[in-house]
Amino acid sequence: MDAQPPQDLTAYAIAHGLAVSGARPSLVSYVKQIWGRRHFITTFATAKLTAQYSQAKMGQVWQVMTPLLNAAVYYFIFGILMNTKRGIPDFLPWLVCGVFIWSFTSQSIMAGTRSLTSNMGLVRALHFPRASLPIAYAIQQLQQLLFSMGALVVILAFCGEYPKKSWLLAVPALLLQSVFNTGLSMIMARITSRAPDIAQLMPFILRTWMYTSGVMWSIDKVLNKDHLPHLVVLGLQCNPAAVYIDLMRFALVDSFTASDLPPHVWIVAVVWALVAGVGGFIYFWKAEESYGRG
Amino acid sequence: MAETSTETQETGTAQAAADRAPTVDLSSPTVVCDDVHIVYKVQGASSGKGSATSALSRLISRKESPGIRKVHAVRGVSFVAHKGEAIGLIGSNGSGKSTLLKAIAGLLPTEKGKIFTQGQPSLLGVNAALMSDLTGERNVILGGLAMGMSREEVRERYQDIVDFSGINEKGDFISLPMRTYSSGMGARLRFSIAAAKNHDVLMIDEALATGDATFQRRSQQRISELRQEAGTVFVVSHSNSAIRETCERAIWLETGVMQMDGPAEEVVAAYEKHTGKKK
Repeated sequence: MDAQPPQDLTAYAIAHGLAVSGARPSLVSYVKQIWGRRHFITTFATAKLTAQYSQAKMGQVWQVMTPLLNAAVYYFIFGILMNTKRGIPDFLPWLVCGVFIWSFTSQSIMAGTRSLTSNMGLVRALHFPRASLPIAYAIQQLQQLLFSMGALVVILAFCGEYPKKSWLLAVPALLLQSVFNTGLSMIMARITSRAPDIAQLMPFILRTWMYTSGVMWSIDKVLNKDHLPHLVVLGLQCNPAAVYIDLMRFALVDSFTASDLPPHVWIVAVVWALVAGVGGFIYFWKAEESYGRG
Repeated sequence: MAETSTETQETGTAQAAADRAPTVDLSSPTVVCDDVHIVYKVQGASSGKGSATSALSRLISRKESPGIRKVHAVRGVSFVAHKGEAIGLIGSNGSGKSTLLKAIAGLLPTEKGKIFTQGQPSLLGVNAALMSDLTGERNVILGGLAMGMSREEVRERYQDIVDFSGINEKGDFISLPMRTYSSGMGARLRFSIAAAKNHDVLMIDEALATGDATFQRRSQQRISELRQEAGTVFVVSHSNSAIRETCERAIWLETGVMQMDGPAEEVVAAYEKHTGKKK
């Protein structure tokens, strides 16, 4: 090698305004970068959503069929066979609400765990802020949920409940839940990028979480709170999944009134959204330079 | 650096490459490698991937698992690349060429030494699948958006990208999912997407080897255009003639050590002599 450039290459590079390759951007510029890729994020989410059933003959019909079939299975097992509907008026919309809202969170988490590992080719080929991927997957799940909500409206009409003003409460509840889900999705994306084995554990963790979230039975009615320590009851009431499910039931199901909600439910919902959303974003950003490496 | 001697010594195809190329701007470096060492950590040499619990405890304690083996892939490479240069990387299989490119792209951490770059380098590898379940059309749009182009820019360049790739020459393939493409078609589309944007530093890993003669000619022309737009291009290839035609400078790596850095013609000749001797 000829000796023309200066001996101290590092000083030479800095003097010419070069930056260390692959260094993590500051949090502010990271947010700006993501904002710059907002069209990528939404286009990616929509493309993934439509590609999902592209190999099925019935195509996009499955967007609505899948959640409806899910609800039918749970209704058959928990409503008819196990008869958990005792004491719950409007059991069908109550159950369907729970199933849809729960699957929004659980699917977002599962999608988040796979968001980086299943797109390694893209991550290694092109440069973009990596948080775009878990965010795009969370948006895809939100789009999916909106399809399910369409099905839910039909079920509600079938049970004699029609749109009214109180349904608008579903909007802030969904927004908060979306932020919460996106945060969790980013946390999972970072964890599985370092320890892929966690993806194998997730179905079990999620199932446990589901059974403690009152998706297909009422926590209030099934558990006798007098026998449980105060901390457990508090934990069950602050469980974010249960909180978001209850809020949606409160908004959409008439017989689910304010007295069925845990105390301070909106505050808990906002706090969870902020903690998971902001915390998850920062946690993900902290390892930005490491994704796709190795 | 190499360029001073280039002027007097280049011959034949190297001369042709230099004619196409813009004058190299020696005062503006785009990539600086300062004594770069890269060590791969290969997991599971002894105990498989390990259990989730041990992975968890490793996550928390940030300790390395005992089954890790280290491979010292690049040892002390230093060079400066400038605006308008096309640099070929040569060397036998496993000599660290691709590893070095990945590190320049910021996809691999360096063990020792530093890599500085102007702007964001883009690495174009032959195995970089985009989204195989989406159509070629979607891939073009998403790839453009991911590279930071605006919607309008993507719309404007869409037809150019498709025409350049030549995907639609044999029928309407662009509306089919990318998983149905042959490997050559996929590589061509990926190259076309990545080449649609002007990169400060573009690195091409064996991508020129795929595609037919027409496409290779077209991509070589695009590479020299990219250099004219004040970019630096790195090319990894096992085809010595491709290196001679595309690049005027070459770096020869062997077992991670830089053997030679100079005019492409000289370095390739020395490399050919070396590989010839082995037989």
